[in-house]
This record gives sequence, structure tokens and C-alpha cells, in this order.
Amino acid sequence: MKGKIDNNRAWLLVLPVLALVMFSAVIPLMTVVNYAFNDTFGNNQFFWNGWGWFEEMLQSERLHAALGRQLLFTGIILLIEIPLGIVVALNMPKKGFWASLCLILMALPLLIPFNVVGTIWQIFSRVDIGLLGRAMAALGIDYNYTSDPLDAWVTLIIMDVWHWTSLVALLCYAGLQSIPGAYYQAARIDQSSRWNVFRYIELPKLSGVLSIAILLRFIDSFMIYTEPFVVTGGGPGNATTFLSIDLVKMAIGQFDLGPAAAFSLMYFLVILLISWVFYTVMVARDGEGEP
Amino acid sequence: MAQITLANIAHSYAPAASPSDLALKELNHTWQDGGAYALLGPSGCGKTTLLNIISGLITPSRGRVLFGDQDVTDIPTEQRNIAQVFQFPVVYDTMTVFENLAFPLRNRGGRRAEIRARVELVARMIGLDDLLHRRARGLNPDIKQKISLGRGMVRESVNAILFDEPLTVIDPHMKWELRTQLKSLHREFGHTMIYVTHDQTEALTFADKVVMLHQGQVVQIGSPEALFERPEHSFVGHFIGSPGMNFIDARVAGRSAFIAGCEIALAQDYGIPSGHTQLGIRPEYIRLTDGDGLPAEIKGIEDVGHRRIVRAGVAGFDLNVVLPGGGGGELPGARLHFPPEHIGIYQDQWRIEGQSP
Repeated sequence: MKGKIDNNRAWLLVLPVLALVMFSAVIPLMTVVNYAFNDTFGNNQFFWNGWGWFEEMLQSERLHAALGRQLLFTGIILLIEIPLGIVVALNMPKKGFWASLCLILMALPLLIPFNVVGTIWQIFSRVDIGLLGRAMAALGIDYNYTSDPLDAWVTLIIMDVWHWTSLVALLCYAGLQSIPGAYYQAARIDQSSRWNVFRYIELPKLSGVLSIAILLRFIDSFMIYTEPFVVTGGGPGNATTFLSIDLVKMAIGQFDLGPAAAFSLMYFLVILLISWVFYTVMVARDGEGEP
Repeated sequence: MAQITLANIAHSYAPAASPSDLALKELNHTWQDGGAYALLGPSGCGKTTLLNIISGLITPSRGRVLFGDQDVTDIPTEQRNIAQVFQFPVVYDTMTVFENLAFPLRNRGGRRAEIRARVELVARMIGLDDLLHRRARGLNPDIKQKISLGRGMVRESVNAILFDEPLTVIDPHMKWELRTQLKSLHREFGHTMIYVTHDQTEALTFADKVVMLHQGQVVQIGSPEALFERPEHSFVGHFIGSPGMNFIDARVAGRSAFIAGCEIALAQDYGIPSGHTQLGIRPEYIRLTDGDGLPAEIKGIEDVGHRRIVRAGVAGFDLNVVLPGGGGGELPGARLHFPPEHIGIYQDQWRIEGQSP
């Protein structure tokens, strides 16, 4: 093109970022890749192992079980948090003092650090000193999350619902606020039932924020580590050993660095793949809507 | 269908308001069954408030709304059997065009075959019959607006169809088509139609009767012709027409008006009106002449193709004069002649009538 100066020196400005990313992401990731394809007996001596660790991991029953638990956990919390978040958002006050108060109260759980959330529930549920544990005992309900797998699951699920439903609700609330009043007026004129208003106006208008909410909750819960680690430590037995917990046990509990590296690479790729599918579907659906 | 009566309606958005806070000042009006009305006025003059009072989305602070003989003031929108088309298209995105049109009927529990027949009839009328099985999401705004219009028309018994600036988001070339279609739909179905707009062209081409609102007050109700020829209030004169009516301070005595010492003949005897008197005349009726007339200073000429607009200064007032035909050429003169039959006399902004001989 005439008059345009080709100046590639601008690329130099990207160098600091590149250096930062190298140190924070690429180099650690390459270390993991290195471990995944090699075996070592320490002393920084490595032996090429090819796809060996990956094959071992893909056939590992232990990993299959953890993956199964992970999918079950993520499925259950999505099934609870998404509808519950919508219901909460629908019933929140639309403006004024109570709306602000609700927003602040809802945001609180989101601001608590993960390990603190774990600690809160760990203590809250304890049978000897916890409010919940003691109350259950007083009611004559046999509840002990340290020894009963079902109780441990219920505790973790309630904890996650408590921690994250707010996020879904806040996203939906923002989505609902952006629906113009004319839609509701038109629905009244058309004598639409409340359910139809939800089904044909609110739900379609929420679909954008809902896909983001589902994506965020999927990724977050699929990688959940801190809270179950603090509350149950993966127990009783392996009942609440989700993928991350199993990974950490394998990597720094047993020092099986090779299998753990292969495991974490596959773990990473699965999450990347699912996020990509989500993203593609969302973009495709948005595009279809435009004239 | 029924005629709609507004009896002593007034509305304020603030509770316990003083008269100056009223978004809509006291108003009595009857909308004849089957009429095509336009509510015209600038933004914030109370048009939408008035419309929402009729549809029941707002309950007026004072007064009653009657449909026929029935008092509907306290009856909610759902049961008033009116249809409303909003400023931007309101469609149910996930439904097909057919389902959109059928929605009001299905909610009222109509029979399947009847619904289908009615929807197909209306779709043919508004030119949507090819699109019935398309999903509403992703259609053009003008088609979506047709869908919202169609949803209003499918109910045969609807009392009135209210339009709240329905062409705002429509492309200019589609506006014309939709407006023409509205007129023919009105002739075909005979619904009472009330059309809110701030665009005088829309109002004047659509309506048999135009209701002019100004600061929450109805200043004139009349045919498009009456609004143009005999504005009852100087605001109507300014608002209607392009450029609007000229108003000049004048001293009026009997059959004469005096501007800067110059006498202008009037068609009627106005006596000696008190208050602030003005002479009003449409730019289209002023003639430029080199004979008898008011001496004026020509300040500029704007050529807009099919006509020329001359800006003239008289006694400290700016006047517009419209000359038919574009192009250059000498002006006929620099004096202004006001034909008496087109002059209006305004006292404190309201038109007054004189005594004919």
C-alpha cells in the first residue's frame, strides 16, 4: 500500500508480556510436559517413556473413578445452582433499598476465599462442635461427614450451592434488568400467563447470561480443589476424591510425577475442549439471531 | 369495539402533585369507534402517558376511562381487550411468526381451526404469509414490527389498537410502506386506531383527526387541514409545517393590524384585544412584492430544490417566506404582502376569532 510505512519495531513492545507469560505459564507447562514423557529416578536423570504414562493413566481405574465422581458432582451442582439462581433472580426486588441490600448479601459468599469457605463448613458441620452437626444430632439424625460418604457428598454440594448460586443469580438478575418494560406490557396485553412470560420472554433473553453462568460454573466446579480438600480431604476413603484432589495426591503425595503430569495434561485438554465447544455453540447461536 | 371516552382525565407521576406537576392536564375527549387518530406532540408532552392510560398500563390520578358505557378505569390491561404496538418491535424471539400471531388467541383459548384461519388471514393482510414458519429471531426490524402489529390485529373484538411511535426504528423507505399499509388495514378492519408520534408527516398522513399535545395539555383537536390552516395555539403553528408559522407582535385595532407603523388589512373585526397580541401567517401564504407591503430586509435564501425559503427581517422579527419552485432568479421584491384571509390573530398564544362583517 502506498505511503504506509512498514515498521515491525512495534513487536518489541510485546516482549515484556511475552517474557512474563513465558515464566508464568509456558515454562511451568513445559516442565509438566517433560515429566509426562519421561521417567526419572531422581538426580535429574530422565529416561524417555513416550506415551507410556498416558496409556497407563487412560486405563487407570483410579482415574476413571475420580472422573466419574467429578462428573457426578459437577452435574449435580449445575442442576441445583442454575435453576435456583434463576428463581432467586426472579424473586429479587427490582429497585430501591431492598434491591441494594439483596445484592450486597448475595455478593458476600463470592468474596470469601475458597479455603475460608472450606474452613467455615468444616467447622459448621462438625458433629462435636459445629452448629449444623450438633443440630442434626439433637434432631436425632445420624449425620457425620467424616465417616459417611453420602453425608460428605451432601455437605460438599450444599457448600458449593451456598458459595456459588449467588454468581448465577447475579448474572440472571443483570439479564432480567435489561429486558425492556414493553415486553412485559405486550405480554399483559396478549393475556400471557406468568409461566409463558418466563418461557417466551425471560428465558430467551437470559440465554446469553445463562450460557456464561453454566460455562463458569462448569469450569470452576470441574477444577474444584480447595474446599473439598479442607472439608473432607477427599474422604471418607476416596468418596469425595475429585480429579484435582486425586491429581495432587498422585503428584505430591506419592511423588508419581510422570503419571500425574500425563494426567494433568489430559485434564487441561478436556477443560479446554469443553470450553471451546461451549464458546463455539454460544457464538454460533448469537450469530444466528442477527439479521 | 366501542367508542372510548376520557372523562376529566389527569395524571401525575408524583403523588399529591400541584397542577404544575401534572404530566397530563385535565382532558375530556371521546374517540369515535373506528376512527384513525394521531396524538402529536414533542417528546415529553404526555403522549405516551395518555396512551398508557387508555391501555390501562397507567391508572390516571383523576378521571374515568369508559369503553362504550363500561367504566374500565380500574380494569387491568389484560381485560381491556386493546392491542398496543410499541416503539421498538416486541416479538417472542423463540416462536415462529405463526406462533407469535397465534399467541394472543391461544392465551384466550380459541379453537385450533379458527386460530389458524384468522392468523392466515391477518398474515396475508400484512404480507407475512411467506414467513409464517420462520423463527422470529433474526428477522428485520420492519418485519418484526409487522409481527407486533399483526398480534394486535388477530383479535377481532379488539377495542382499539394503540401505536406508540411504531416507526421509530424502521428504515425511512420502509416507513412509507408500513404507513400506507396501516391506512389500508384501517379501512379493511375498521378498528379504532390511536397513533402516537412526534413526526408531523406521520400524524398528518395517517389520521383523520389529530390531537395536538403541548406540555400535558391538549391544544387542538382537528383534521390535518385545520391544524395547518387554523392553528388554535401558536405552538401548533410552530410545530406543524416546515418551516413553521410566522408570528409577529402586532397592535390590533378593529380590521387592521399595525406592525412597525405599517397597516395590514384583516378579514375580520377583532375589536381591541388585550394582552400580548400577535399576527400569525404561514410562510406559504406570504407574497413577496415590489408594490404595497411591509418593507423587509432579506437576510438569506435557502434553495431546497422544489422551493425556496426566504429569511426576512421585519421590525426585529425573523420571518420565513416560501416561494414555490427552486432554482435561482430574482426575488419578486422586498416587500411582504399578507393575504387577509390567511392571517390569524393570537392573543396570549391562543387564536381569537373576530366578527365577520
